[in-house]
Amino acid sequence: MDVRSQTALVFHLDKCIGCHTCSVACKNIWTDRKGTEYMWWNNVETKPGTGYPTKWEDQEHYKGGWALHNGKLRLKSTGRGRIIPSIFHNPSMPSMDDYYEPWTYKYDELFNAPEGDDQPTARPISMVTGEHIDIKAGPNWDDDLGGSKVYAENDPNLEELTPEVRRQMFEIERMAFFYLPRICNHCINPSCVASCPSGAMYKRGEDGVVLINQERCRAWRSCVSACPYKKTYYNWSTGKSEKCILCFPRLEAGEAPACFHSCVGRIRYLGTVLYDADKIVECASKPDLELVDAERELILDPHDESVIAAAKIAGISDDVIESAQRSPVYRFVKEWKLALPLHVEFRTFPMLFYVPPLMPVISNKDAGPVRNDTEDIFSDIEKARVPIKYLANLFAAGNEGKVRSALKKQYAVRLWRRHVTVGDITEETAKRALTDAECSVDEAEAIYKLTALASMDERVVVPPSQREMAIEALEDPLEHKQSMGFGFRSAPVRGQ
Amino acid sequence: MSDTLLFGVLPYLAVGIFLIVTIQRYRQRTFTYSSLSSQFLENKKHFWGSVPFHYGILFVLFLHLAGLVIPDMILAWNAVPLRLFVTEATGLAMALIALVGLVNIVLRRMQVSKARTVTTPSDWIVYALLGVQIVTGIGVAIFHGWGSSWFATSLTPWFWSLVRLEPELSYVSALPFLVKLHVVNAWLLIGFFPFTRLVHVLVVPNQYLWRRTQVVIWNHDRHTTRSVD
Repeated sequence: MDVRSQTALVFHLDKCIGCHTCSVACKNIWTDRKGTEYMWWNNVETKPGTGYPTKWEDQEHYKGGWALHNGKLRLKSTGRGRIIPSIFHNPSMPSMDDYYEPWTYKYDELFNAPEGDDQPTARPISMVTGEHIDIKAGPNWDDDLGGSKVYAENDPNLEELTPEVRRQMFEIERMAFFYLPRICNHCINPSCVASCPSGAMYKRGEDGVVLINQERCRAWRSCVSACPYKKTYYNWSTGKSEKCILCFPRLEAGEAPACFHSCVGRIRYLGTVLYDADKIVECASKPDLELVDAERELILDPHDESVIAAAKIAGISDDVIESAQRSPVYRFVKEWKLALPLHVEFRTFPMLFYVPPLMPVISNKDAGPVRNDTEDIFSDIEKARVPIKYLANLFAAGNEGKVRSALKKQYAVRLWRRHVTVGDITEETAKRALTDAECSVDEAEAIYKLTALASMDERVVVPPSQREMAIEALEDPLEHKQSMGFGFRSAPVRGQ
Repeated sequence: MSDTLLFGVLPYLAVGIFLIVTIQRYRQRTFTYSSLSSQFLENKKHFWGSVPFHYGILFVLFLHLAGLVIPDMILAWNAVPLRLFVTEATGLAMALIALVGLVNIVLRRMQVSKARTVTTPSDWIVYALLGVQIVTGIGVAIFHGWGSSWFATSLTPWFWSLVRLEPELSYVSALPFLVKLHVVNAWLLIGFFPFTRLVHVLVVPNQYLWRRTQVVIWNHDRHTTRSVD
């Protein structure tokens, strides 16, 4: 057993209101520089939708992630041998057109326009070339199902649904959508890292944050193709790739990452999980339908004595183990099995999990007045507005059972709390639902508390990164005293 | 006199600049070692420029290196007329492919506005030097044929005399103008190399072929348990 610690994340989609506050917080801190304007390390997509970059989930097109090749894991894009013919022109690299060309407006023209009969306008100009552009699309062009004929109906996750179900999903009275906030998943088996020819990409041993060494990146661009979530971005100005760094400077100071801190719906949870690195390849090589269980199997119980002993041998400090025991992510993913990985069939084992949205039909209008059924108040999950098959394609590699049990449990917790607080549901009904979802009353209360009441300290349990101890990494702690300090010695300017 | 400057001094100057600047640049400004790819900004024309150029130029470059390092083997290989013909024809074909690639690269850089914004003056100088180098090379191949053989009795011994620090200009003084231009331009390219994005040649990711698949970096020795008491 090779125990490693990983800072893992849960996004509770039932609580996401799609306000994009996370995206803006991230952009203001990290991606407002030249060359990064088009990057959204954190973005919020409407589902069903084609997302950002357009149709990123279609790996027949983008070749991201891993594929099983004669039972062995192989990068879909350019691993080992295939990098040699591909290095001059990466065959599966997206271009800026797949994202969007960033623009601003010539605001000066509003103030400096000569007097005339018409209102002056600020024309859009490209932030790449500075020339006037015709805006064709932006990063959230399909927000709230805007242009669903073009976008939502082309969602790759709809492919296995019957034409009848697809037609129903886009009937105007039955249309439903939810939000999918996405950041880098800081995967356990990252295909971006495995594809980097320079070895500039790496996973931090202490907390599993995936980073790109800007000094070693040589713009071979393999990571952009290899990441199936399209969460490594090429900075066209500096000629280096960049990605979400999980706000590690904030984590190291014990603070939540900016997107977590700013989350209005409080949908974001962060905590340490311990996992067994010896099992990664074995688990990642299982058939699609077993992958959700395989990822859960990788994650170890931080209360188990043998795990704690192995963790200590692997150099994980007591503080981190203790932090893992308080991890809200461990409870959502492993204990309660509520949170599921996004597109686990890419076989990277993402460390960002999603609680699938329940989206119940609360009321029905059957010719007469609106009917509100107390016994069936949140309706049946099978009748939920987004088909389970669709959610399964997103969060369980098509395994509907995993999504169904997660939804059932959420449904049962709602019934239970309705019974406790409102009382119009009998204890018998609520308990029957709990038993049906294999959930005890205590568990239901714990789920309710962490979902609805938890404070920042309970939602975000930042492991102690003990940077003060990392000084031993330097051979001589006084080596740089009175010399040049750390980090860049000059501003990162393209080619200089 | 000019021969002394061009064939006795320039090579040392170029190599000196090359070594000093590439090393200094790598040590102090590693960040600048990047291929500065523009594929992201324009994906289709990029293929028809970058791919033929790189394959062509690399093939021709390795032929030249072979001529310098293993001249006897090249001569032995060329002893059969058919094999000589194949070598010459392949070299010329690859040079033409490189030229087509370079032309496409330059056209793309001029026509595509997004690619133009990331093109610097040093890029244009590189394109000019490479253009002269490839065109003169093709000219030599056409007008002064069988270079893969006469190379071994003129430029190769001259090159090794430079390495021995005893430049013997007699080997090159009688060479035709086109050949001299090709050689002088090569030294200019080497001298200018460290100031441009050509440095990406020096950091080709060869270690990728044998390094372990995943890269994990610890900030400390992970087998020394450390805990704050």
